[in-house]
Amino acid sequence: MSNRKPVLEMKGITKSFPGVKALTDVRFRLFPGEVHALMGENGAGKSTLIKVLTGVYSIDSGTISLDGREVAISGPLEAQKAGISTVYQEVNLCPNLTVAENIYIGREPRRLGRIIWKQMNKDAEALLKERLNLQIDVTLPLSHYPVAIQQLVAIARALSISAKVLILDEPTSSLDRNEVQQLFSIMRKLKSEGLAILFVTHFLDQVYEMSDRLTVLRSGEYIGEYMAAELPRFELVLKMIGKELNLLEELPALSEETKEASGSVMISSEGLGRKGAIEPLDLQIRKGEVLGLAGLLGSGRTETARLFFGADRADKGRLVVADTGQGVSSPRSAISQGIAFCSENRKSEGIIDDLTIRENIILALQASRGWFRPISRRRQDEIADEYMRLLNINPKNPEHIIKNLSGGNQQKVLLARWLLTQPKLLILDEPTRGIDIGAKAEIQKLVLSLSRQGMAVLFISSEIEEVIRVSDRIAVLRDRVKVKELGREQMNQHDIMQAMAGG
Amino acid sequence: MANKLIKHHLFWPLSVLAALLLFNLLYSPDFFRIVVRDGNLYGSLIDILNFGAPLILVSIGMTLVIATKGIDLSVGSVVAISGAVACLIVSQASDQSAMGVIWTAIASSLLLAVLLGVWNGVLVSAARIQPIIATLILMVAGRGIAQLITSGQIITVSSAPYQFIGAGSFLSLPFSIFIVGAVLLIAALLARKTALGLFIESVGSNPRASRLAGLRSGTVILSVYMFCSLCAGIAGIILSSNVSSADGNNAGLWYELDAILAVVIGGTSLNGGRFYLMGTVVGALIIQTLTTTIYMIGVPPEITLVVKAFVVLAVCLIQSEAFRKSIMHRWKKRKYPAEQEVATHAS
Amino acid sequence: MLLNRKYIPVLVTFGLFLAMFAAGSFRYTGFFSSQVLLNLFIDNAFLIITAVGMTFVIVSGGIDLSVGSVIALTTMVSAALVQQQGWPPSVVIPLVLIMGAVFGSIMGAIIHYFNIQPFIVTLAGMFLARGLCYVISINTITIDNAFYTSAAQTKISLPGGSYISVSVVIALAVVLFAIYMAHYTRTGRNVYAIGGSEQSAVLMGLPVARTKILVYTFSGFCSALAGVVFTFYMLSGYGLHAVGLELDTIAAVVIGGTLLTGGVGYIAGTVIGVLIQGVIQTIISFEGTLSSWWTKIVIGLLLFVFILLQRVLSERRLT
Repeated sequence: MSNRKPVLEMKGITKSFPGVKALTDVRFRLFPGEVHALMGENGAGKSTLIKVLTGVYSIDSGTISLDGREVAISGPLEAQKAGISTVYQEVNLCPNLTVAENIYIGREPRRLGRIIWKQMNKDAEALLKERLNLQIDVTLPLSHYPVAIQQLVAIARALSISAKVLILDEPTSSLDRNEVQQLFSIMRKLKSEGLAILFVTHFLDQVYEMSDRLTVLRSGEYIGEYMAAELPRFELVLKMIGKELNLLEELPALSEETKEASGSVMISSEGLGRKGAIEPLDLQIRKGEVLGLAGLLGSGRTETARLFFGADRADKGRLVVADTGQGVSSPRSAISQGIAFCSENRKSEGIIDDLTIRENIILALQASRGWFRPISRRRQDEIADEYMRLLNINPKNPEHIIKNLSGGNQQKVLLARWLLTQPKLLILDEPTRGIDIGAKAEIQKLVLSLSRQGMAVLFISSEIEEVIRVSDRIAVLRDRVKVKELGREQMNQHDIMQAMAGG
Repeated sequence: MANKLIKHHLFWPLSVLAALLLFNLLYSPDFFRIVVRDGNLYGSLIDILNFGAPLILVSIGMTLVIATKGIDLSVGSVVAISGAVACLIVSQASDQSAMGVIWTAIASSLLLAVLLGVWNGVLVSAARIQPIIATLILMVAGRGIAQLITSGQIITVSSAPYQFIGAGSFLSLPFSIFIVGAVLLIAALLARKTALGLFIESVGSNPRASRLAGLRSGTVILSVYMFCSLCAGIAGIILSSNVSSADGNNAGLWYELDAILAVVIGGTSLNGGRFYLMGTVVGALIIQTLTTTIYMIGVPPEITLVVKAFVVLAVCLIQSEAFRKSIMHRWKKRKYPAEQEVATHAS
Repeated sequence: MLLNRKYIPVLVTFGLFLAMFAAGSFRYTGFFSSQVLLNLFIDNAFLIITAVGMTFVIVSGGIDLSVGSVIALTTMVSAALVQQQGWPPSVVIPLVLIMGAVFGSIMGAIIHYFNIQPFIVTLAGMFLARGLCYVISINTITIDNAFYTSAAQTKISLPGGSYISVSVVIALAVVLFAIYMAHYTRTGRNVYAIGGSEQSAVLMGLPVARTKILVYTFSGFCSALAGVVFTFYMLSGYGLHAVGLELDTIAAVVIGGTLLTGGVGYIAGTVIGVLIQGVIQTIISFEGTLSSWWTKIVIGLLLFVFILLQRVLSERRLT
C-alpha cells in the first residue's frame, strides 16, 4: 500500500487557541480505499484536526495536500468542494427538511432557477439505493427516521458531492448493534470503491474490526502511524495514554495502610442501564471505600456516574441507596440522600459563571436548605474562607467571579461546593483533569482522607496511576460494559490496561 | 479608585441620568426648583418620580424575570387589566369612598394579577415554552380581557381614597413614591436577604448546572413571573388611580418595551444571570427624564421613540460580544468567517 | 401521499377556518356569500402581505417586531412626498419600497453580524420607524392624489357580481411569488434549512449570512408594500396607523401553522391564519352585540392552542 499515493496528506499542522496549543506539528495521511482510525484520549486534538480538515478552523502553520496538490481550506463549503466531507456524531443536517433536500440542499437540480423536485427525489432515491443499499421514502422529513438512517443520509450527502475523503466522527456512538453492522457493511462497500475514510470512534472493538491503519495523537502531538494488524490493542492503549511498556512499574498505593475491611454497602445498582449510554451494570459502593472507575473515553464511565446521581434517567434496572432504601430519581433526590456529583464538564454543568467563588461554593447547600433559610453572610464568608484555605483556591478573594479562574481552581470550588453538603457518596468525574501536579496530589490526598472519615467515593479518571493510587477497588469498563473488578491486591497497571483494551 | 468607580455597574446609568439632568438645568434654569404649595412639594424632579412610578414598578418585576433568562411581554396588558378590575369594583360600589370597597378593589385586582403571573410562569416552567412566545399569548389576549372588563369604555371613578394611591401626597411627597420604595425594598429583601436572588442568578446564568446543584428551577421561574405580574398589577392601580379612570385600550401600552429597556440600561443582561435592581430604577428614571426633557424642549413627545431606538441599539451593541470583538480586532482581517460563525452559534 | 405530521397544524387551521365560516353562514343571513369571503381579502390585504414577509422571518428562526411601524412610516412618507412635496406616485412608491427593504436589511445585518437577538434589534427598528413618522408630522396627512384615490376605489368585478380591490391583486401576487420562492428556489430552501438548524446550515456550506439578511430585507419590503396598500385603504399617512399590527401578524403566522422556533411553515397557512382573524371580526360584526375585544381574546386563545399543539408535536418528534 505504501507505494500508492495518499489522497490526503497533512504535514506540520499547528493550531493554537488563546492559552492552549491544540495541535503541534501533527501529520496525517490517508490513502484511497482504506479506513484510517484517528485515535486519542480527551484533549488529544482529534476534533481540532477534523475541524481543520473541514475548514471550520484555520491553521497557524503546516500544509494540507489533496492528490499531491497543496490546498487551502477556508470554509466548510470549500472543504466540500475540494472533496472532503464529514459526518458528525450529532447529525449535522436539518431535521425539518426532507431526506432528498438534505442530500442536495445548496446544489438542487434547477431549470431557470426553479428547483426540480421530481428529479431531486429520483436522484436521491437512486443514490441511496445504489451506493448505500437503502430504500426509504425520500420525501419525508429527516426527523421521521432514526439516527442510524440520518447518518446514512449524511453519508449520502457527502457522496453526492463526489467526496474523495469521508470523515466519520464517532458515527456509532448512538447506534445499536445491528445499526452498527449496517453502517460497517456500507463502509466496506465504499472502501472497495476506492473512497478514503477517516474513522473516529471510542470503541476499540470497532477500530480493530474496521480500520486498516491507525494514527495516534496525544496532547495535540503526533505519536505515530501504525497498521492496525500489526499493533496489538494493549500497545495501542499504552500509546494513547502515554506509557512505555517497560516503565509500567508498580505504584505504591496511598491508601494501603489504613484500609481495614470496608464498611457496609452505601449504594448498589442492579442491572442499571440506559440505551446508548451504558449496558446493564451491577455495582456496589461501600461506606468508606474509594471505588475507581477505569476505562477509555466513551467506555461509559461518565454515563454511569450520571445514572448514579439521577442526572439522567435509567431505563433499565434499579439503584438503591442502602440507608433510605430508595432509588434516585433526580439530582435533588440524590442530594437529599447524600450523593454529590462533580461533573467532568466544569463549564456547562459545574460552575455558574456569573457568580462569585463564595456563591458557587454555597450553592448546593443553600439549594438543599431552600429559600427561606438563607445562610447568613457571615457564615458564608466563614465557609468560603475555610474551604478556600483547605483546598488552596486561588485567587484568595472569595468575591472573585468564577469564570475568570483557572480550570484547576474552578474544579476546587466545585469540590468545595459538594464537600460542604457533607455527602455520604461523592462522585468525582475527572476531578484532576487540566490541573497542575501539585493540585492533583492535593485532591488525591483529600479523597483518601475523606474516605477514611467514612465517605464513599466513586472516582473516575483517565489516568490509571491515579485511579490505582486512590482506589480500594477498581471496576473497568470497556465499550459500555463492565468487564472486570479488581480488589486492592490485584491492581496493577498492566491488568487494568489489558481489561480496558480487551481482545 | 477611578477605575473602580467606572467599573461599578451604576456608573454608566447614573452618568447618563446626570447628563440628562444637567442638560435640563442648562436648558431651563429652574428645572431643579422645588416649590412648596399647600404643604406639598412640586417641581420637575418630583414629577419625574411621580410619573415614573408605574414604569419603575414594572421594571423591577421585569428585572427578576430577565435575570432568569426570561422575558415578560404581557406586563402592559396586566397593567390594563388590574386598573380595569380595580376601577370596575370601585365604580360599582354604592359608596365609592368606603375603605372596604377600596381594599376589596386592590386585593382582587392584585390577586388577578398574580394569577396571570401563574399562567405565564406555568407556560414557561412546566410547559417549557420559550418565554417570549408564552407571554405573547397574554399580551394579545390581555388587552381584550381588559376591554372586556371595561366594556370598551373608559371607567371613571370618583373616590378620594382611591385617587390618593396614585395622586395623593404623603409627607409632602407623592404617595406613589412610597409604594415604589416599599416594593423596591421588598424586592431587595427577597433577593438579598433570602436565597432567592442567588437562585435566580444561578438559574439564569447556567440552568443545567443549577439543576445538578439541586435547585428547583421550576419554582424559581414560576415565582419571578408571579412577582413580575404583581408589580405590573400595582402599577396598573397607580396609573388608573392617578387619572381616576381605567382605559382598557391604552393603559400600559408600550410598558413591556419601556420596562425591558429600563432593565437593559440598568446593566442586567438579556442573557440572564446577574441582576441590578438599582440599575433598573435608574434606567426607568432615565426613560422618564428623557420623556420629560423632550416634552420640555417642545419637540413632539412621540419623537422620544427615535431616541429610544438608538439607546436600545447602543446598549445592545455594547453588550454584544461580537460587536466588541469586531471593534477591538478591526484591524485584523476576518479570514475565517465560518470559524466565528460556528463559535457564536454553537454557544 | 402519506399524511405527514408536519401538515397537522395547517390542516387544523384550514378546518377551523371552514368551521368558522360554516358556523357564520348558518347563524347569520347574508353571511354565506362570495362577497363576504372576498371582503376578508379586501380588508386584510395589507395584513396578508405583511404576514407573508413575517412567515419567512419566523421560519428562519427570527422575529420582526418592526412591521407595523414600517407600515406607518410608509404611509407617512408617501403622504408627505405626494401631498406636501407634490412628487408623482410613480417615483414615491418605488422609493418607499426601497426604503422598507433597506430598513430590513440593516436590521438583518445587525442581527447576523453582531449576534444580537432579533427581538431586540427589530424592537429598536420599531421605535425608530414609529418615531420617524412623528419627525415628519404628528398629524394625519390626508391624500387626495388622483392615483391613490383611484387605486382605493377601483373595483375589479368578478363573475357573479362580486368584486375585489387592487390591493387584493397585489396581495395575491405577493402570496404566489412567496410560495414560489419558499418552495422552488434555493434561497427559499436555505431559509428553511437555517430555521431547522443554523449550525448545520453553516457546516453544509449554505450562504447563511446572505440568506438571513435577505429574509429581513424581504420582510421590510413586504411591510413597505403593505404600507402602500394600507395607504390605498386609508388614503392618509399617520404615525398611529397599524399600531400593534406586529402582534396580529405574528398571531396569523402562528395560527397558520408556522413553528415559532423556526424551520416549519407555509405561506398558504399564513394566508388562512389572516383569514381566520378576518372571519372572527366578521362574525363579531354580524353578531352586533359582541364587541370587538372578543377578537383579541379569541386570537389569544387560538395562539395558546396552537403554541401548545406545536409543543406537543415537537415533543413527540423527539421521542
